Amino acid sequence: MDASAGQPRGRLKVFLGMAAGVGKTYRMLLEGHAELQAGRDVAVGLLETHGRAETARLAEGLPAVSRRSVRYRGTVLEEMDLPAILSRAPELCLIDELAHTNAPGTEHRKRYEDVEEVLTAGIDVLSTLNVQHLESLNDHITELSGVRVRETIPDAILGRADEVVLIDLTPEALLERLRAGRIYPLERIDAALNNFFRIENLAALREVALRQVAEEVGAKRLTTELIGSREESLAADAPQAVGERLMALVEPYPRAQRLVRRAWRSAQRLGAELDLLWVKAPGQELSDDEQRSLSALRQLASVLGARLLEEESDDLAAAVVDVACRRGTTYILLGHSRPAHGLARLRLPLPQRLMQSLPGVDVRIVADRTRRPNGDRP
Amino acid sequence: MNALGTVAVGVLGVLLGILAGYWLPPHGRLAARNRPRPVRRILLPFTGQAISRRAFEAAVRLAKAENAIIMPAFLARVPMNLPIETALPVQCAGGMPLLEAIEQSLTSQGVPVDSRVGRGRSARDALRKLLQQEHFDRIIVSADEDQRGGLGYDDLRWLLARVPAEILILRPAPEDTRRISVEAVRGHF
Repeated sequence: MDASAGQPRGRLKVFLGMAAGVGKTYRMLLEGHAELQAGRDVAVGLLETHGRAETARLAEGLPAVSRRSVRYRGTVLEEMDLPAILSRAPELCLIDELAHTNAPGTEHRKRYEDVEEVLTAGIDVLSTLNVQHLESLNDHITELSGVRVRETIPDAILGRADEVVLIDLTPEALLERLRAGRIYPLERIDAALNNFFRIENLAALREVALRQVAEEVGAKRLTTELIGSREESLAADAPQAVGERLMALVEPYPRAQRLVRRAWRSAQRLGAELDLLWVKAPGQELSDDEQRSLSALRQLASVLGARLLEEESDDLAAAVVDVACRRGTTYILLGHSRPAHGLARLRLPLPQRLMQSLPGVDVRIVADRTRRPNGDRP
Repeated sequence: MNALGTVAVGVLGVLLGILAGYWLPPHGRLAARNRPRPVRRILLPFTGQAISRRAFEAAVRLAKAENAIIMPAFLARVPMNLPIETALPVQCAGGMPLLEAIEQSLTSQGVPVDSRVGRGRSARDALRKLLQQEHFDRIIVSADEDQRGGLGYDDLRWLLARVPAEILILRPAPEDTRRISVEAVRGHF
């Protein structure tokens, strides 16, 4: 890629959707036409119409780089022609299905790696992606939908995109399209309706897609804010991500599980990530009971999809503040503190210290519901 | 002088009282420390969103009689096409509120509780893994568990044949349909 040395990198715009058929490719083509009419040199590098007549019609009039044939185990596969795109060097290239896995024998294993090379050559790229292809969401979505998506891409690829556009459609409208044969041929409609395209799946996927874009926007805003805020006050430095991130402070005792469950429920409601933080004293030895509790906490965290972080420090508040800043925490949950004794009573309580040190972060003390008035009924 | 001595002793007493109040652990901690620690561990596994109240009450009675800790365990099933360490938020949405309901009920009855979550390819596999990791003195299972995916009769036979713990299988009378379900959770959990 010597030819591209010194070239500014191209811009990547990704059209993200909850499922096939929401109109990602259609929107990409519309944008390609708009750019072409604006006088830019546009080329379709790779288009998957999936036999949809509407999509094929819309592609008419856009210059295209032909596919190449790749022979693999006696079969001829049609793949994107990366060398041809680089040599044609349009200003803007439309490359469908970012998560696609290339046939063996091509330059890269995955299409997003091809796209990376196109961007490096200074060519802008429009591409498409379904949310279930994101690596971090793959398991979650498989559990929701019962369908394992094999082609995944690292989340960082989407994170590096200059623009992410969510193509949103209500599940009802998508099912309408499916039934009308606008997504799959008639013979595949029943199977699709019984498997992936169930309304509860689509509703869940839509929620995931919306949240993903919100987090992308939040993360980008956060980056910008951090760059611009070095000399501003502590309060102005507080991360203001759109996506929430919760952190629950735990200890290896049975009662911590209740706190974790409550934190998880809150995280679910907020659509947030959940971290669990255990700050142990340096050199602290755990008893057998504590070891068991810690192991149970790890198992619980893993099943819930939370991350258990272990930090060693003498100063609990300082350790919490440090981790909260690193993780972009927006919410801290803690249980009842053990009553202080001795000189520790003179110190400011932990919640107050956290609120002082972490402006913009909510601190919540989780109540023990069994101690509520009338809470003694079996 | 005598009066001065009495005042001095009084002041000293007050000072000692303040100091003792300051240095000693707060109210209730000594009592809690002196409470006998539970020695026996009763496992109460479940797979669905409700458990038989009969089995639950039996566990409570035994725990009180034996100074035991009850360990309710939610057994989550990981589909074969997913890695075993996969997070299972959908199943947990049903299991966690029930764990909470059980814990709330046990705590309010003064029974110590320490929950667990088991994960496996089936309920039996999850239970087997849990039993490999920890020792339990007694396992209480309800025989009216949902046969579709819960602990079925084969699992109970396996439990009796393979698990070196006291096993109590309860089959409530058909008319006894009382259950503890997620609706029992107090608060907005």
